[in-house]
Order: sequence, then C-alpha cells, then structure tokens
Amino acid sequence: MTGLFDDLRDLYQEVILDHGRKPRNFRRLDDADRTARGDNPMCGDRMELFLKMAPDGTIADAAFQGRGCAISMASASLMTDTVKGKTPAQAHAMSDGFRTLAMTGTCPECGGDIAEEMERLAPLSGVHDFPSRVKCATLAWHTLNAALDGQAKEASSE
Amino acid sequence: MDGHMAPVLDLAAIRADFPILSETVRGKRFTFLDSGASAQKPRQVIGAMVRMMEKAYANVHRGAYHMSEQATEAYEAARRAVQRFLNAGDEREIVFTGSSTNAINLVAHSYGRGVMKPGQAVVISEMEHHANLVPWQMLRDAHGIELRVCRITDAGELDMDDLAAKLADGKVGLVAVTHMSNVLGTVTPAERIARMAHEAGAKVLFDGSQAAVHRRVDVQALDADFYVFTGHKLYGPTGIGVLYAKAALLEAMPPFLGGGDMIAEVSFERSIWAPIPAKFEAGTPPIIEAIGLHAAIDYVEAIGMPAIEAHERALVDRAMARLPHIEGVTLLGRAQDRGGVFAFALDTAHAHDVATLLDRAGIAVRSGRHCAEPLHARFNVESTCRASFGLYTTPEEVDLLADALGQAREFFR
Repeated sequence: MTGLFDDLRDLYQEVILDHGRKPRNFRRLDDADRTARGDNPMCGDRMELFLKMAPDGTIADAAFQGRGCAISMASASLMTDTVKGKTPAQAHAMSDGFRTLAMTGTCPECGGDIAEEMERLAPLSGVHDFPSRVKCATLAWHTLNAALDGQAKEASSE
Repeated sequence: MDGHMAPVLDLAAIRADFPILSETVRGKRFTFLDSGASAQKPRQVIGAMVRMMEKAYANVHRGAYHMSEQATEAYEAARRAVQRFLNAGDEREIVFTGSSTNAINLVAHSYGRGVMKPGQAVVISEMEHHANLVPWQMLRDAHGIELRVCRITDAGELDMDDLAAKLADGKVGLVAVTHMSNVLGTVTPAERIARMAHEAGAKVLFDGSQAAVHRRVDVQALDADFYVFTGHKLYGPTGIGVLYAKAALLEAMPPFLGGGDMIAEVSFERSIWAPIPAKFEAGTPPIIEAIGLHAAIDYVEAIGMPAIEAHERALVDRAMARLPHIEGVTLLGRAQDRGGVFAFALDTAHAHDVATLLDRAGIAVRSGRHCAEPLHARFNVESTCRASFGLYTTPEEVDLLADALGQAREFFR
C-alpha cells in the first residue's frame, strides 16, 4: 500500500473502509414505523433512516439508504447494526455517547448496558482529529434522534 | 499576446511575498490549491493595512482634522485604483461593498425592486454561484420578477442558443451571469453576452469574482452595466467587494441601505440622498480593507495581468495534460476558454475523503458543492473536489496533486 497516506490509517481503519464500501443494512424498510432524513448540505451527504419497532418498544430493525463519504456511510452502517434490539432510551444514550466519542476521541460515560455496542463504534473515534469530518460521522446519529423523536423536519449535523 | 513572447513572472520572488506559503502542514510543505475560495495575501497587502492603522487611520468623510483627511484621501485613492483596474470611465461608478455577494444583493434590491417592473425577467445561468442565484430568487418572490435559467452545455459552456431563446420575448430586464465559473473554470463570452442582452433591451451584470483575478477586465470594452468582484480572491483582504455600475444606472437606482454617509440632508421628515457613489455606501465603509485592496491591485498590476494570464494558462495546460488521464478521475466541464479552476470526482472515493487524504499530503483543495448546488445536480454528481490556482501556484504543485490523486484512488480501492 502507498506510503503517502499511511498515517491516515487511524481515521480510515479497515473496518471503516469495509463498512464504507459495503454498508450493512443498506436498504429501504417498507414497513418502517419511523423514518427520518438527514442532510449535510455543505458536503452533499444525504441519508434516509428506517426503524421498525418491536411490540416491546425496542428497535426491531434499522436500515438506511443514501449517499455520502466513507465516514458517513460507515457510521450509518455501524449504527444500524448496533441499535437493533435497543430501547429508544438506550439508543439515545448511544447517540450522546457517540457524539462525545467523535468530538473527543473517548467516552468515559459509555459503560453499562451500552458498553459492548460503544466498543464496536470505537473505530470511528479517529474523526476527533479531523474537526471538519466530525459532522460526517454524527449525521447518522442526528438522523436517528430525529426518527426516534418523530421530528418531521430534516436532521442536519451542520 | 499580439505575437509577442508571453511575459514571464518570477515565481520564486512572488512566492517569497506570501509568508503563509512557507508554512508547513503536518510536517509537509503547504500546497495551497484553494485560491478560488480565498487567495493568500502578500506582504505588500498586509503591510499597507498595518501601516494605515499605525500611521494614518481615522474615519473617512467626517473629520475636519488631519488624520481623517488623510484616511479619506487614501480611501478615495483606492476607489481610483479600482476604476483604473476595471477601466471604468468615472470613479463615481465604483461602489465599495462588503463582498461580491453584497454587491449583487445591492443590485437585486436597488435595481431589481427600484427600477425593474413586475412581469419583467432576470436571466441567470446553470453555473452560477449561490451568490448570483439566491438574490434573484428573493427578487422573484418579493417583486414578481420571473427568473429564467439559461442552460449550459455538457462541456460546461453557456448555451448561447438558449440565451437567445431566453431573451427572445423582450421581457428580460437583466442578464446576470458569471464571467468565470467557480466550479468549471469556464470563462464566458462576456462581450457577446452583453451585446445580446442589450439588443434585447436588457441590462447585463457580470459576477467577476473569479474572472477579475485571472483576466484583464475592461468594463467599457465589455459594455457591462454592472460588474462585481471581491477583494479577498484578488490577494486582498476579506470584507471588501466592488460594484461597478454605469453612472446613469446608479443615479436612477434608490439606495440599498440607509444610514450615515449616504445622505446629503436629513430631517425627521425626510432625507435627501448623497450623490453617487456615497448614496450606496451607508455607514462607515471598509476603510482598512479598501487600502488593502488598493495594495493588492498595485501588486497584481506590478506583475502585470498578461504575465499572470500566461502563467496560469501554462498551469491549466499542465493540469489538462495530467488530471483527465488519471484513472478513475472525472473532470467537470471541458470549456475551450477556461481558467485555473478544476472540479473533479474520483470513482473510488467521496470528495470529502479525497480532500482529507490530500490534506495529509499538505495539499489544500475544496470539497463539497462549492456554493453551486444546482450545478452539481446538473452534472448529476453529489459533490466534487476543486483545485484552483493562483499567481503563486507552481507547475510542481499541479504534479503533486496529480500524483497524490492516483495514490488516493488506490487507498480507497
């Protein structure tokens, strides 16, 4: 592999490149209970998020469609993987934790019942060194908040 | 060049004038390829602004004391420098604004609402910067003006047949188009556009934010009714823009903003406007910025626009010889007449990822939609990277970009 960009492997870890190239849960959920759109107008990142809720109130399924950079696609892919089976309260806690992770590189509060999921999201913590890219990583989570809160308006991480 | 040898500029000496170009980024030499967004500043500009603040600063057009008179003289000298730079016939035709955006909004407000009549139309093009699109949408919604969008060709050139069609019914009051696209690099045939507009009874405005940096602009030869440009892309400071407008138009237009300096007489019942250009310069103007712009104009004129043009043409040729041939790179627009602005997409990576990688190599490019969202929609791309050149850009920097792009593509494969 090329030498010029080797030190970028902290940001573009293999798991991110992989999820960026082949995002998981990349589909429309026709029977979704909650949907929201997210948009980063400055970047051209765009996504639509679909949530299917289980009778017990947890997130039964999560999927998304959209276009964007490797960071935003990988983030949405990992997010839809990790929020399945979570309650809205847990998903919100993950969302708060992820924002801390993306902005500071660590999340001391990310323990308890979301610890395992937050560990899976850790490869995205590298964005905190790239202030202009933080919003790429957080777009999916802003969109998740909008879907859970039933906001009609478009989410934006601007 | 009239058959003469193209003048050569002393690139090493020029680069030494720009302190920031010797900075390093993450241990790499700073390769600045984003002059189209905002250009770097030479010592001559920085020094002129500092000297003004240290030696000769006061508010203008107000004080009956030495420093204010000196500042006023310097501010008006800057206006005359702009007049010469654009070859305007009369210094009263030069209005200082905060930016190109401010200047276009001034025209949209004062000419659009003040002179144009509901039912008339404004023609823009598909390759406008948002600054030359949104003000006309606002005028359309506020004043019953129709907004017509002239098509561009797949090569990124203005579709002159479509322009003729848009002008055909005689309802067009103003054609407002870019003189050089900030995305495609296309230089538009301004003289021909002006002639067509005038024949159809319309006025013409050129957004020269990019063009004025790269070409000699002669507003009289173009027969432009309005011409706008901005200081910060011309190696000058932010916070100052220029509106050139024919004196008769400025006379006929109502003021844009009200306040001090734009009035001749004020009572609580009414005010009488000051003569042009003061009528359009309400409030304390960008004084220090005008001095900086003057220094920037002196700077590029000392090098000479023909030399700058020749240098940039060589850079464009170099870029065209390399960029389109990198596997996976798609260039937006292939205009015959173009300047040093290149928007491109890479097949394996999104523009933001490419920009982050290039940044690692010390190369600064813009990524996104470059304030031209409808244009990206026109070419059916979400976003692009844009490399744009300045008079200090070297051929080696163009090569550096091309080499890094090839490696970036591999990185994301």
